[in-house]
Amino acid sequence: MQQTRTVEFGTGLFVLLGIGALFFLITQTTGGNDFSASETYQVTARFGNVGSLSDRSPVSMAGVTIGRVTDIDFDPESLDAVVTIVIDSRYDRIPDDSDASILTAGLLGSQYIGMQPGGSLSYLENGSEILFTQSAVILENLIGKFLVKSGSSDAEE
Amino acid sequence: MLRDIYQTFVEFVRTFGALQLFFLQLLRFSPRVLFLRFRLVVLQVYATGAVSIVIIAVSGLFVGGVLGLQAYSNLSKFNAEDTAGIFVAFALVKELGPVITALLFAGRAGTSLASEIGLMRATDQLSAMEMMAVNPIRRVVVPKFLGGVISMPLLAAIFSMIGLFGAHLVAVELLGVDVGAFWQQMQDTLELKDVNEGIVKSVVFGVVASLIAVWEGYNCIPTAEGVGRATTRTVVVTAIAVLILDFMITAIVL
Repeated sequence: MQQTRTVEFGTGLFVLLGIGALFFLITQTTGGNDFSASETYQVTARFGNVGSLSDRSPVSMAGVTIGRVTDIDFDPESLDAVVTIVIDSRYDRIPDDSDASILTAGLLGSQYIGMQPGGSLSYLENGSEILFTQSAVILENLIGKFLVKSGSSDAEE
Repeated sequence: MLRDIYQTFVEFVRTFGALQLFFLQLLRFSPRVLFLRFRLVVLQVYATGAVSIVIIAVSGLFVGGVLGLQAYSNLSKFNAEDTAGIFVAFALVKELGPVITALLFAGRAGTSLASEIGLMRATDQLSAMEMMAVNPIRRVVVPKFLGGVISMPLLAAIFSMIGLFGAHLVAVELLGVDVGAFWQQMQDTLELKDVNEGIVKSVVFGVVASLIAVWEGYNCIPTAEGVGRATTRTVVVTAIAVLILDFMITAIVL
């Protein structure tokens, strides 16, 4: 009888520990930029270049994550990228002339959309489009410009 | 010479085919055993899983620790020691967790499964069961197989979790990586699909390792030497199968 109880206890402990470990791996190692809000509204923004922005990239305002990117599509007519964003419904008083720019977290970090508030009295709502956008900064282009510039200044000397 | 190679090849394919049929047979009995003889499965989960916790925990702690150490010493050359968490988590969750657990599982639990069944074969206990109209596959082999299949993913998860704590101990507590950066960078980079890849691997390895163990035991030569050979082969074949499958799964998932 005692033997059976030990086996049962050991098995139960092992399975609980295992499931706990699975749970730990799923919740604690992933999803730092997880954004879960029950009610959201959807807005779009057009960018000339999205860089390495991807689905699930965070959207933040004043450094706080208020939404995330759900879809990135290419518009064959205007030849730019259409980014669909969902924003938590709690933040429903964002001026509709706010601007969105694609920023990089740290020097080599992942990219996210940072929003700067505008001054309009009407607010973004479901289906509206963010008109003022700034494309991702492509590091290679910057380096290219820098090289060209330093090259020409050498020539002047 | 050529004929020898041919013979070996034919024998290999035949064994492989027989293994598949054996596997199908196990699957056929699995639901019934799982529901009607659940107690037998629980005992096997204890025998294969619960008793392996210590070796898994100790190995996980030190594998995680050495990963943290390597990640720190190499990344600090680029002043990027903050990303050690990413490196360790990817390595543990996707590769080392499932693979090392499967290898340890083969050594700790697989061998005991194989030798137990092999000894029953050698001492004619399996034939005795057949005489009593008890199907030995259903009574002995399937519960052991299911016990292994259930234990292995749980052991792999425990290994990865303790490995992360080991890496935390070395990188954060000993070497002074910022604790926030260590976990935050990891959480920002790892996605659910990375963890899922590890879980899929551990389930597949669990099935393969348990299958090979019970197969080697069930088909061993019924002598003392045969049982010994079966246990050795269990470890060798499992190791090879797991490493090959690991490469294949990674190639498919990526």
